[in-house]
Amino acid sequence: MRNGKPPLIDSIYWRGAIAIVVFLLLWEMGSLSKVWIKWESFEWLRNTLTAMGFKPAYLPWVGAIPAPTEVLHAWQGVIRDPGYWQSWYMSLFRVMAGFIAAMLIGIPFGLLLAVSRTAHGVGFPVFEVLRPIPPLAWVPASIIFWPTQEMSIAFVTFLGAFYTIVINVVGGARAIDLRYFQAARSMGSSQRDIFWRIILPGTLPSIMVGSAVGMGITWEVVVAAEMISGGGSQIGGTSGGGLGFFIWNSYVGGSYEQIVVGMISIGIAGFLSSELLRWLGHRVTPWLRLR
Amino acid sequence: MNEANLIKSSIKAGEIVVRNVTKNYGAAHFSKEVVKDCSFTIERGKLTVMIGPSGCGKSTIIRLLAGFEQPTSGTLELNGQPIEGPARDRLVLFQETALFPWMTTYDNILYGPRARGEVTKETLELAEFLLNKVGLRDFREKYPPQLSGGMQRRAELARAMINNPQVMILDEPFRGLDAMTKELMWEYYSALYEENRRTNFFVTTDIDEAIFLADRLLIMTNIPTQVRAVLEVDMPRPRKLADLVENDRSNEIKMEALSILHEEAMKSFSRGSKAAADFVDAYSKRMAKT
Ligand SMILES: Nc1ncnc2c1ncn2[C@@H]1O[C@H](COP(=O)(O)OP(=O)(O)O)[C@@H](O)[C@H]1O
Ligand SMILES: [Mg+2]
Repeated sequence: MRNGKPPLIDSIYWRGAIAIVVFLLLWEMGSLSKVWIKWESFEWLRNTLTAMGFKPAYLPWVGAIPAPTEVLHAWQGVIRDPGYWQSWYMSLFRVMAGFIAAMLIGIPFGLLLAVSRTAHGVGFPVFEVLRPIPPLAWVPASIIFWPTQEMSIAFVTFLGAFYTIVINVVGGARAIDLRYFQAARSMGSSQRDIFWRIILPGTLPSIMVGSAVGMGITWEVVVAAEMISGGGSQIGGTSGGGLGFFIWNSYVGGSYEQIVVGMISIGIAGFLSSELLRWLGHRVTPWLRLR
Repeated sequence: MNEANLIKSSIKAGEIVVRNVTKNYGAAHFSKEVVKDCSFTIERGKLTVMIGPSGCGKSTIIRLLAGFEQPTSGTLELNGQPIEGPARDRLVLFQETALFPWMTTYDNILYGPRARGEVTKETLELAEFLLNKVGLRDFREKYPPQLSGGMQRRAELARAMINNPQVMILDEPFRGLDAMTKELMWEYYSALYEENRRTNFFVTTDIDEAIFLADRLLIMTNIPTQVRAVLEVDMPRPRKLADLVENDRSNEIKMEALSILHEEAMKSFSRGSKAAADFVDAYSKRMAKT
């Protein structure tokens, strides 16, 4: 075990910080290339490519993307706009609602499938048939089914995390070593006691893994759902649509800097939720840190 | 010591009788006979050691004794009552640790009493006593992955003993420990046994371990296994490790046991067993040394 603050951690942080700075610099340079190098300078390249059969309009160019400095500038404007924060709030709210619902339903459901042969026989086939349907394929049906758009987005978000959590819980519970059950039974454990003191803690690591993956999927789903459904914009005008709608709206409005602001905001939000989960995971599975 | 009396006074040593037990695995035509018409007694208050080549069926016998599996035919009885399933009166220590990784040493030790809702002031005192006894007082709040192999074994001994089983059953518990730790564990474990004289059943493949620990030594045949011979190890207790090399009686018993094991191996050897060939090889080297 390590004591105190080892220099190793610091060097990892430093490396990460430097990598981000270098990335931003390269991006800035790439974007500024539209200023530095006039289009004409690429005449030869364009001619060569056209000769090879490519059309210029088909080629990607980093210069078309706003530079980090421009993005930062746009961000400074947006940060004072309550609508931007409302977007954050809406997306976070939907992710949390869907995710927490997925945990509350998925963990007991997974445990039930794992401990009861009957439940497994009845529930698992249905689960396995529904599982391959991507959450986003549920969007139209969900909008028809749920009375409000808010509910339909939350439902699709829920699905994103639900499958992953259930699969991990079932797998984790089934992988618990037989010896633990034998030892517990020998010492006089009841079924109930085995559930609470063997199966549940034995499955916790898998629950945390499933949750971390599920959280990632939740963000993917919520953003896409907001874009597709118009983000429930009737709730709070354009500002009620969440970060996904914020991006879409910026695109429609031609504000390319804001698109990137929206993207980075989602990156930050996803990172923060993962960190929160990781912190939680450390708290509830202290024995895993010690290997 | 008050707690020492606590543990001693409550000990009720059991006796296990195994009669004509056969155990087959697999269905009719593909069935594999692992234990064949096997009979022996695990005598009350004694430390019985079972030794036999690996793969002969010792762990299978342990699972039957523990009640995790049922014999194909024959009977197993504890104090005259048939063994029907796992219970706290027969606790097993497996070769690999079965400490719950999600519980601290202390919580592991208290697992049994808590599971049965029997946590009293005496139990807690006993837990303290056992923690000291196995030298893990400073490790009570540690999780199993933080303990060394030897510590894990000791924690497990304590976890079993707090339930005050009538018989302790150990399946090659010190296998995989390094030679030094292993010898320390022998002294540790035999001292623990000598202190409370519970009925103990200990399975091993190591002849030195067997002779150092045993009151009675059951030597097993190869698969399908039976008891081939029973040796009384009539050396005084408490024993010290030095006796193992210097004591003539100890060497005598060792020679006798080895020659029986050798005979067994030769039988299987002529039937073409690889394990037996390995044994004969190792045996010849060992005899050359002594
Ligand atoms: N559940 C089982 N099904 C089929 N064969 C088994 C089973 N358990 C053990 N065996 C067989 O029984 C033999 C003896 O195994 P085991 O009792 O573990 O031996 P030992 O503990 O003496 O090394 C092995 O050949 C093993 O393949
Ligand atoms: Mg074995």
